[in-house]
Amino acid sequence: MKHRLKFTARKLVRIALLLLGVSLAAFLLMDASPLDPLQTNVGQAALGSMSQEQAARLEEYWGMNTPPAERYLNWLRDALRGDFGTSLLYRRPVLEVIGQRISNSLGMLVCAWVLSGVLGVALGVLAGTRRGRWPDRLIRGGCLVVSSTPSFWLALLLLMIFSVWLKVLPIGFSAPVGTETAAVTLGERLRHALLPALTLSVTGAANIALHTREKVADVLDSDYILFARARGEAHIVCRHVLRGVALPALTLQFASVGELIGGSVLAEQVFSFPGLGQAAVAAGLGSDMPLLLGITVVTAALVFGGSLVADLLYGVVDPRIRRGEAKI
Amino acid sequence: MEPILTVERLSVTFDRYGQGLSRTGVSAIRELSLTVEPGRVTAVVGESGSGKSLLAHAIFHLLPGNARMEGTIFYDGAPLTARRAAELRGREISLIPQGVTYLDPMMKIGGQLRRGRRDVAARTRCREALERYGLGPEVEEMYPFELSGGMARRVLIASAVMDAPRLIVADEPTPGLDARAAKRILGHFRELAEEGAGVLFITHDLELACAAAHKILVFQEGRRVDEVPARCFQTGEGLTHPYSAALWRAMPRNWPEV
Repeated sequence: MKHRLKFTARKLVRIALLLLGVSLAAFLLMDASPLDPLQTNVGQAALGSMSQEQAARLEEYWGMNTPPAERYLNWLRDALRGDFGTSLLYRRPVLEVIGQRISNSLGMLVCAWVLSGVLGVALGVLAGTRRGRWPDRLIRGGCLVVSSTPSFWLALLLLMIFSVWLKVLPIGFSAPVGTETAAVTLGERLRHALLPALTLSVTGAANIALHTREKVADVLDSDYILFARARGEAHIVCRHVLRGVALPALTLQFASVGELIGGSVLAEQVFSFPGLGQAAVAAGLGSDMPLLLGITVVTAALVFGGSLVADLLYGVVDPRIRRGEAKI
Repeated sequence: MEPILTVERLSVTFDRYGQGLSRTGVSAIRELSLTVEPGRVTAVVGESGSGKSLLAHAIFHLLPGNARMEGTIFYDGAPLTARRAAELRGREISLIPQGVTYLDPMMKIGGQLRRGRRDVAARTRCREALERYGLGPEVEEMYPFELSGGMARRVLIASAVMDAPRLIVADEPTPGLDARAAKRILGHFRELAEEGAGVLFITHDLELACAAAHKILVFQEGRRVDEVPARCFQTGEGLTHPYSAALWRAMPRNWPEV
């Protein structure tokens, strides 16, 4: 029990420091950015035709006259109270924008995440158990090619094949153009999420497959597999290999949340998918400080949550931790 | 007596890739012959690294992929081919490995011993096998990391006797145990032999081999250099090879008086 409390306390301190650091870093980078918020968002011509007063009001709106330290502290004080401010671009509360964007992205991200895990482990086990033979060479070669391919390029390739040549999948967006939000069916949503999800999962799966293959090879070379064979056991892969691979696969799977969110920024951009990643790009290019900080904090918390879940699952899956902890 | 296991001119070589495409064979076992009779304990004594474990793995046809095996192994009068070995493993021929690393760290002892069978007969046999070596039913629920060294060895032996084997190959089953625990383990081997199984006991400890075995083979650098009844090492007579004579002289009780 004491052990659990200590573990929780340590994790809480860690996430607090992490979020603080990440938000500060994002703020400083954004502040150092050479983009002039007025010129980018209002446009050179419009700015020129504006009166001094109007320009001053806009400068005030974009927070250009407040010193950076004060701006950050103001944001921090409000954020601690749960108020993440109002998005300057969308003119709605940041949390609302993030909530809506997440609900757009979530299905696609979860699909990609599950697909990459299942595909990665399956291919990894297949390659690992057939080491040196053609399935192994094929899978390994494929994975190496895919993981050295930039994901935006892969996205463009998929777009060209499925949307331009074959014309079987939509070219972008999360719903058909010109349809009311209420009228969009689940099937249409899925069709639109398919290509971005595929892009993300193919990249993720390659990584997981390569790691899983190594682990499977290690397990197959271990003493206990030799002994299992000597005892005439029939289902070595199901009984022993999958067990041995489960822990590292779980870690990888939850650690990949970060890569997934990072990848979604590019993939959503290519597919014009109105998700969280695209909002991050818009906020960054449009100098929308509150939105960018909000997205940064939320995604950092998601990534942290991913590895936290992996830590907790370890305790459940690994008997050495589960029973060892019970004894402390 | 008809031997249960006959190994004839067994050689095991490993392929090693040198610079470029050159490939050389490194031989680990050279033209080894031995027999194991039912009801007897045959000990193979040799230093660490003399290829003893490979002998055990070769009998089970479980050598690593880069190893090549020559010579013949007969089990119960017929050649022990890879296919036949696969059929016999875990039924008639049993391996007792060195230690706890041979148990799956993520799996409970009971499940490993039962090999996935869940029927009542398997459960009873598992409980009886553990009980025979002084391990209670609570051991079934334990994971390998919760066992002491001695318990792990007894679990491994229990796993070997689950199916009344006719040939038992024990690969260094005693290191790390104190003298009393080791004695007890050896007692178990003799007992298994008395029940009719042929036991091949592989060890680096000549003294233990003398205590447990009927027949001792001395193994040096992958070759058999001597084969004598165990009593020869009591008196030192009948040791034909200088290496085994040197081994005999190295036993503490044969040290010259100071």
